[in-house]
Amino acid sequence: MSSRRSRQQSSSTRISDDQIIDLVSKLRQLVPEIRDRRSDKVSASKVLQETCNYIRSLHREVDDLSERLSQLLATIDADSPEAAIIRSLIN
Amino acid sequence: MATMTNTERSRDGKRRRKKKVGAEGHKWKSQAQQQIYSSKLRQALARVRVGGAERRGKAVREAADRVLAVTAKGRSRWSRAILRSRLKLKFTKHRNKKRHSRSHSKKPRLSVYRLKGKTAPVLQRKVRFLGRLVPGCRKEPLPVILEEAIDYIPALEMQVRAMSTLVNLLAASSSSSTQ
Repeated sequence: MSSRRSRQQSSSTRISDDQIIDLVSKLRQLVPEIRDRRSDKVSASKVLQETCNYIRSLHREVDDLSERLSQLLATIDADSPEAAIIRSLIN
Repeated sequence: MATMTNTERSRDGKRRRKKKVGAEGHKWKSQAQQQIYSSKLRQALARVRVGGAERRGKAVREAADRVLAVTAKGRSRWSRAILRSRLKLKFTKHRNKKRHSRSHSKKPRLSVYRLKGKTAPVLQRKVRFLGRLVPGCRKEPLPVILEEAIDYIPALEMQVRAMSTLVNLLAASSSSSTQ
């Protein structure tokens, strides 16, 4: 095969099923949808699906917060007397 | 310099062990990490002043992501990808070079890593989806995508916490100033 296998793979080139199962279970702990379900029979497909949904919802939250932050920054710029005080809070 | 003391060697070993997945997740939960992120974010936001409303929202998002990647100290693929993507905008030549080097490993390695049996096309599709969501993981094999996601999700959660706190702080101070 190609000797390029040994590039930046951190562990061995052959990943065992156990390692993958371990990774999936770690992922399961992170996603609240699945973690609170208290069932041991969550399929890998479900874990992946919920992970995707969770990351997407987190992205949406960050977008939302970014919008609000930008609006707040705009209002701060508008009011000049208080701006100095608030800017000191930020910096 | 020639001889490493025992403590140095053990520290190196610890650092190497810390690189494994799982230990990374805890650092995003620490208050110290959130403080670091918040202060870096505030500094970056102070520089995002100009531009219309639409541009500013996007600029804030980009700044927040960049600061998150910086806080990650480039130890994960997703953080390095975020930092790289800013360079890609300026240097497209750099991007083409990256494409070429990746084409050697373009064969889908997914069939090699079986997930409790054969990897069904459904699973492959989901993993690809996940790979697209996590920055820099579009063409990575399954275990890499999983590892990156395991670090990326706590980082995102911390980002949300830090930005919410900042929004509340600014909203409170700006509303009290208008009273």
